[in-house]
This record gives sequence, structure tokens and C-alpha cells, in this order.
Amino acid sequence: MNLVAPESLVFWTTIIFVVLLFLLKKVAWKPILGAVKEREDSINEALKSAENARKEMQNLNADNERILKEARAQRDGLLKEAREMKETIISEAKEEAQVQANKVVEQAQATIQSEKQAAIADLKNQVAELSINIAEKVVKSELSDISKQTKLVEDLLKEVTIS
Amino acid sequence: MISATKPIKILFFTIITLFSFVPFTNAQDHNSENNEDIQTNHEEKEFNASELINEHIGDSHDFHIADWNGHAISMPLPVILWSKNGIVTFMSSKFHHDNNGEVVVENNGEKFVRIHEQIYQINEGENALILGDELVPTNASRPLDFSITKNVFSMLMSAIIIFLLFSAVARSYKKNKNAPKGIAGFLEPLVTFVRDDIALPNIGEKKYERYMPYLLTVFFFVWINNLIGLVPFFPGSSNLTGNIVFTGVLAFITFIITTFSGNKNYWSHILMPPVPKALYPIMIPVEIIGMLTKPFALMIRLFANITAGHIIILSLVSLIFIFKTVAIAPVSAVFVLFMSVLELLVAALQAYIFTLLSALFIGQAVAEDHH
Repeated sequence: MNLVAPESLVFWTTIIFVVLLFLLKKVAWKPILGAVKEREDSINEALKSAENARKEMQNLNADNERILKEARAQRDGLLKEAREMKETIISEAKEEAQVQANKVVEQAQATIQSEKQAAIADLKNQVAELSINIAEKVVKSELSDISKQTKLVEDLLKEVTIS
Repeated sequence: MISATKPIKILFFTIITLFSFVPFTNAQDHNSENNEDIQTNHEEKEFNASELINEHIGDSHDFHIADWNGHAISMPLPVILWSKNGIVTFMSSKFHHDNNGEVVVENNGEKFVRIHEQIYQINEGENALILGDELVPTNASRPLDFSITKNVFSMLMSAIIIFLLFSAVARSYKKNKNAPKGIAGFLEPLVTFVRDDIALPNIGEKKYERYMPYLLTVFFFVWINNLIGLVPFFPGSSNLTGNIVFTGVLAFITFIITTFSGNKNYWSHILMPPVPKALYPIMIPVEIIGMLTKPFALMIRLFANITAGHIIILSLVSLIFIFKTVAIAPVSAVFVLFMSVLELLVAALQAYIFTLLSALFIGQAVAEDHH
């Protein structure tokens, strides 16, 4: 193998390689590696934040579920309460009505009683009047015959019964 | 058989391959013509495959492109010499393709000749080169040669390509903060491959960043130069990464980085190995030799792999000219195609191995004590 001039190749290889190394280091490798690293970091960051978002979403879902459950329970409680309230209102109303009705009946009865008493009193007055009228008539008709008068009175009195 | 199923494709590749190697084969013709002139021998010279291959895998002062009607067409490259009177420069075309010390180039009273790609300065007061036994010049000496040879030219080209490629990638990141596209999309995986599969596992997370520029540069420098060497025509075809001087310099740089990165732990393993003190006279030299064999292996591995690939491809093409029949051409072409594809793999693989081992050696030098 013909090496021509080894010193030439040694010299130029060293010069060219070292110059290329420093040029590339400055112009290419640093920006390239920096950009690659930056992008990798940003990708990792994005993946991490996506994972976080997913977890948050899960938490949110769980929260929603919990809130929904609570709301449902609350609704159920409210419904139950309302039902109970309805029940009590109804029963109270019923009781009240009963009391009211009883009162009305009592009053009615009292009224009836008083009316009855009044009627009886009235009747008694009328009977008394009637009796006086009858007696008058009897007296008028029978006063001619005393025996007859007496008999009539007796008979009339027999017919009238005081209740 | 492949040729039975896709004959057109095979034919196409045969033609392409044959034309691709025309420059190399004709270079031989040109040489033989020169030799004929010298020997004044009109017999047709035998095709010499080893001469052709040696010429190709070696370096030269001209970049040979092709031959036309027996005249070599080549790109002249600057010759830079450190002679007795200082720096001398002239274009290599002044030698007129002479490689036998016949054409004397005069520059400010200094006379230069070229013999087998070596430039000699003729001693003062003499006009022509006198060759002694075994073609050794007797009245000339070699000045220091810093010429831009074919390999240096190829290396400059690769450096420019790499610089343009990666500065473009770096610029694309300024505009585009999203997923990389275009050239960045193609090259970024390679950069991250060097980082994640070479630097990180071998050097460790704490210290790898310091060595990334070197590992990336050496990876792409070796890879691109391997690929340029596989291009069978101008301006490719140089055997730069298959040149032991080139691989030696790269291995030496790895050695320097390893040695200067060595921490207390690394040096204590070399100078105070964990063995009984009586074994120190054996162990310390062994450890020091171990320091040197690592870069030595790097140098030899890359050089041998790439040179072997070039030699195999050229030998397969030379078969056609050795057998002097076109019948062997399809066979040769199929094998060359196979080898070329294999060499594409080897080009990337050897760049990877060189970088990986560099990272491994650096990693050993900076490793914290695990005991």
C-alpha cells in the first residue's frame, strides 16, 4: 500500500478533524442535542400532564358519582319527609275534622235539646191555652148541666195526656 | 438462479458496474503505456491486478478521474512542500502524470521529481535524478510533504458535506419546534442512536454529555468517508478510511481523550493494580501495554475492514481482465453488487464499532470505583 506522504495525512487529518469537531460542536451538536432534549422533556411533560388530567378526571367522576348519590339520598329523604308530613297533615286534619264534627253534633244536639225544651214549653203553654179554651167551651156548654159539666171535664182530662 | 428470473435487471447492473470501474481499469492501461515507453517494449503488457489494486487503495498527488485515448484525465491537486528554503507550492499537474522521476519541476531554483508518488528534491547543482540500486534515489532527499493528496481532498469534501448537513439540521430546529421533518427527520434518529445506544450505556448518564460532540463527529466522519470510498467514480473512490495513517490519527485522538479523562480510579488500576505487590513488575507493564493496544486495535480494525472491502471489489472486477473474456463479466458483476451492498453495511457498522469502542474506552476511564 502506497502511503504517499504520511506526514501530510497526519497533519491534515488532525487539522480537519479538530476544526470539524469544534465547528460542529458549536454549530450543530449543541443546538441539535439541545432541541432533541427540549422536545423530549416537553413530550414527557405533556404525557405527565395528560396522566394527571386523566387522574383528575377520574377523581371528578368519583366526585360526581358521590354528589349524585348524596343528591339522590337527599331527594329520597325529602320525599320521605314530605310523605310523612302529608300523612301527619292528613291525620291531623282528620282529627280536627272529627273534633269539629263532634262539636257540631254536640251543638246540634244541644240546640235540638233546647229546641225540644222550648217546644215542650211552648206545647205546655199551648196545652194550657187549649185546656183553658176547652174548659171555656165546656164551661159554656156544660154549665147548664152541672153533671154534664163535671163529666165533660173528666172525659176531656182523660184524653189529654201530658207527655 | 437469479439471472434466469430477472435477466434485464442483471444486465443493467452489469453495465453499470462495468462502467463504474472503467477509470480504475484504464489507469492500468495508462501505466502500462508509460512502462512501455521506458522499456521501449512493444509487447502488450500483462494485466497486473495487484498493481491496479495497490494504486487504488493508496494515496496519490493527482485525483485520477478517467483515461481517454491513453491519456489520463485527472484533477490536479496542490503540492505543498516544506523544502530546505521554506514552503513550496505548485499544482501536481506540473509532473505531467510522471511517476518515474523523469519530469523535473523547477520552482525558485529548487528541483523536484516524483517517483511512485513520493516527491524528492534533487540536490543543488544537479539537474536530473540518478537512481541507485532498487530504484532508490542517490542524489535527492524527501522534503516534508503537506500536499493536498487525493485522500486529503476527499476528507475535506466529507468535512464540508457533514458540516452542511448538520448545520442544516440545526437550523431546521430553530424554525420547527414540532416533530422533525425532512433532513432532520432522517438524521435525528442517528444522533439519538449515538446518544442512547453508544454514549449513555457506555459512559453513563452523569458524564456522557461532555463526550457527545466527539462521538457524534467521529461517527459521522468515519461513516460518511466510508460511504464516499464506496462511490466508484470521481469524486468518490478514495480509500481514506482504509488508510492506516488516517485511522491511526483518529485512534490516537481517542487515546488522548481517554488518557486525559482518566480519573483516580482508572490510574490506580494501571499503576496500583489490585494484585500482590510482588506482581507489580509484570502487571504495570501489562496494564500500560493494555492502554496502548486499545487504540491500536481501533486503528487496525477500521483500516483492515475498509481496505479489505476495496480489495475484494477490485479483485472481482479484475477477474474480467485477468480471464480476458466478457463471459465472466456477469458473474463478476453479481459478486461486485453483492460485495458493494455488504460494504454499505460494513461502512455503517465500522463507524458504529469505532464510536462504540471509543465510548467504551472513555467509559472505562471515567468509571467510578465499584468495589
